[in-house]
Amino acid sequence: MSDTLERLMNCVELGKINKLSAFPPSLKGQDGADELSKLALDEGINPQVILNQALIPGMSKIGEKFSQGKAFVPEMLISAKAMTAAMKHLKPFFATGEIKRNGVFVIGTVFGDLHDIGKNIVAMTIEGAGWEVIDLGVDVKPEKFIETIEKYPNCVVGLSALLTTTMANMEVIVKEIKNKYPDKVILVGGAPLSQDYCNKIGASFYSRDPQGAVEYLKKVAA
Amino acid sequence: MKKIKERILSGEILISDGAWGTMLHSKGLKMGECPEKWNIDHRAEVLDIAKSYVSAGADMIETNSFGGNKFKLEYFGLGQKVAEVNKAAAEISREAAGDNIHVLGSVGPTGKIIMTGDISLEELYYCFKEQMEALESGGADAILIETMFDLEEAKCGIKAAKEITKCEVICTMTFDGNDDIGFHTMMGTTPEAAAESLIEAGADIIGTNCGNGIENMVRIAKQIRIVDKKIPLLIQANAGLPSMINGKVVFSETPDFIAKWIHPLINVGANIIGGCCGTTPEHIRKIAGVVRNSKG
Repeated sequence: MSDTLERLMNCVELGKINKLSAFPPSLKGQDGADELSKLALDEGINPQVILNQALIPGMSKIGEKFSQGKAFVPEMLISAKAMTAAMKHLKPFFATGEIKRNGVFVIGTVFGDLHDIGKNIVAMTIEGAGWEVIDLGVDVKPEKFIETIEKYPNCVVGLSALLTTTMANMEVIVKEIKNKYPDKVILVGGAPLSQDYCNKIGASFYSRDPQGAVEYLKKVAA
Repeated sequence: MKKIKERILSGEILISDGAWGTMLHSKGLKMGECPEKWNIDHRAEVLDIAKSYVSAGADMIETNSFGGNKFKLEYFGLGQKVAEVNKAAAEISREAAGDNIHVLGSVGPTGKIIMTGDISLEELYYCFKEQMEALESGGADAILIETMFDLEEAKCGIKAAKEITKCEVICTMTFDGNDDIGFHTMMGTTPEAAAESLIEAGADIIGTNCGNGIENMVRIAKQIRIVDKKIPLLIQANAGLPSMINGKVVFSETPDFIAKWIHPLINVGANIIGGCCGTTPEHIRKIAGVVRNSKG
């Protein structure tokens, strides 16, 4: 791998946004994801290669640490920021089709539930895995999911809930989606959930951490 | 009324209340409904919950104001009613508590993250100020900043409570994990690091709540005690993790199960013991029974 790509991958994993950013102290004064992604393009590296070989693996490394309990929310957030800084330079290539995403992922916190931190982290991780993410926000009703699926027929859906009381609303949403789209892939997650509950409500997949969802999505996209 | 801190320093073990959300739902609070709105339009039911914890033997009860901050209330169109909702919450609990039971004004997290620029420290401080003033004016004698996961937010809450109210200031954080991977807040703070910062920020009483069952609370309490042997320590555990059985939310830890863990908790240095999600007046009655029997 080119030196630039390797450094870029490190910047995403460690959350080095740009040259001026103070975090992490070990990379102080050095180029960050912002500068290095531009440099990679200037060096003539294919944008798809930049995405696949630097940005996605960088996010995946931090995601793995997160799922092992070795990294926490702040580290995930700062890596996502570094990723976003790099993506800014790749944006034009998405528009022209020179970079292809793995697919569309539609995510929302179920109706009755206003918690968004977990949902946001999953959204960032999946975006960092090369998916286009449509974030419907919190308190999302079944109609809104159906409407969005109509717009993106090949999308994968993700449902989030933090409370035991609102977790029950997942079942309602899964039923309504499956009614109309029996084969729709639906991922579920959130503190009170379990594999049992996922099976019971007929969702496709449950993971206790975002990286699990990324691994599963790789199979879906393949 | 004697301060909670004084009572603990004189050797008392005190009992706090258990869950409010669980009780509100059992009284008909609907999913997606604003729990704090009930202070205004279902006063009798809220008072009933407060009374049920008093008669279960609690030395202190909370207020129905966990989500009573501007940001959460705004979502329900009650952003202009922060003062009214929180004052009513404290008045209800004070009515049930009388003069001898402490009222802890509950202040939960805003759900905004400081490090992403969701909210500035100034905005956060003002948000806490508005809620805490109302809780004190309704009769709270302590402010309980609870279920915190972000140390910066917790510290901001302590600062606000200290500067704005005359109340005793309690702060609890929520740790996830187990013996193998250790315990951390969502932001990666260990119980030791949290204890150090909360004490430095000026909390009179610190502790931990929610979590994943009472057994782990013994471990967390032990870790906090490594840092400080004296600071009054409040422990409010969930009744285990919830599961759905036949469409109903069931918590795994029964009052009898929890009762078995009270002595171990006291032995590692807990001074106030109560409950969090899934605990009921029956859990508190059992805890009070164990504590008061051991006093002989």
